Amino acid sequence: MSFTVSIQVEDFDLSKEIALLRADDSSVGAVCSFVGTVRERDESVQTPEGNISSLELEHYPGMTERSIQQFMQSARERFNINAARVVHRIGLLLPKDQIVLVAVTSAHRGESFRACEYLMDYLKTQAPFWKKEQTALGARWVDARVSDEQAMARWV
Amino acid sequence: MKVHVLYFASVREALGIGSETIDTQAQNVDELRSELIAKGGQYAEVLSHTRVLKTALNQDMCTASTLLTEGCELAFFPPVTGG
Repeated sequence: MSFTVSIQVEDFDLSKEIALLRADDSSVGAVCSFVGTVRERDESVQTPEGNISSLELEHYPGMTERSIQQFMQSARERFNINAARVVHRIGLLLPKDQIVLVAVTSAHRGESFRACEYLMDYLKTQAPFWKKEQTALGARWVDARVSDEQAMARWV
Repeated sequence: MKVHVLYFASVREALGIGSETIDTQAQNVDELRSELIAKGGQYAEVLSHTRVLKTALNQDMCTASTLLTEGCELAFFPPVTGG
């Protein structure tokens, strides 16, 4: 029954994270995980010059960990889940790199599917991270997406 | 009272500093923001955009009317884009 979060520069291994998450719990019948990765191109960008050469991820140390823990607690109260794990990378990332992992275990699949999406929607709209893209045209801070806000609104 | 102010992402970059400690008479978040805007220059430029400016007091999201306390930590930042 662990609910843990790591903010780290290092990459993560999905198989190892899941193995750890369900190691001591024989009541688990479902594991749901999501891995977010760096896209080379934004849908709005038409030319190769707009392609992302790297991504810099900044966060608010302290508040990040605390707020994700609080939201994991709310996921725990909301869904019948056994354990959850969030890993979010910071620093310099390249296209195809893994950025974020959310993994949830439960007795039956429905609860872990929903909790995983709930935690991801939270991470997209509430957790204090900021992305800055580097392209051939220069650097720019990524804008927040309305579609992410709408996804979060489903849960309120 | 003293307030420890933090800036992140585009706000930090525009102001050229990540944090500063301010001695203020401001009672709430909005009064402190106005005080900073009165300094002019980049402060006025960046902190006037209330629609896209988020604030957190002692690491919890807060609003313009949230009250400040001695030694508190107040952060200004743009909408988040993690995940």
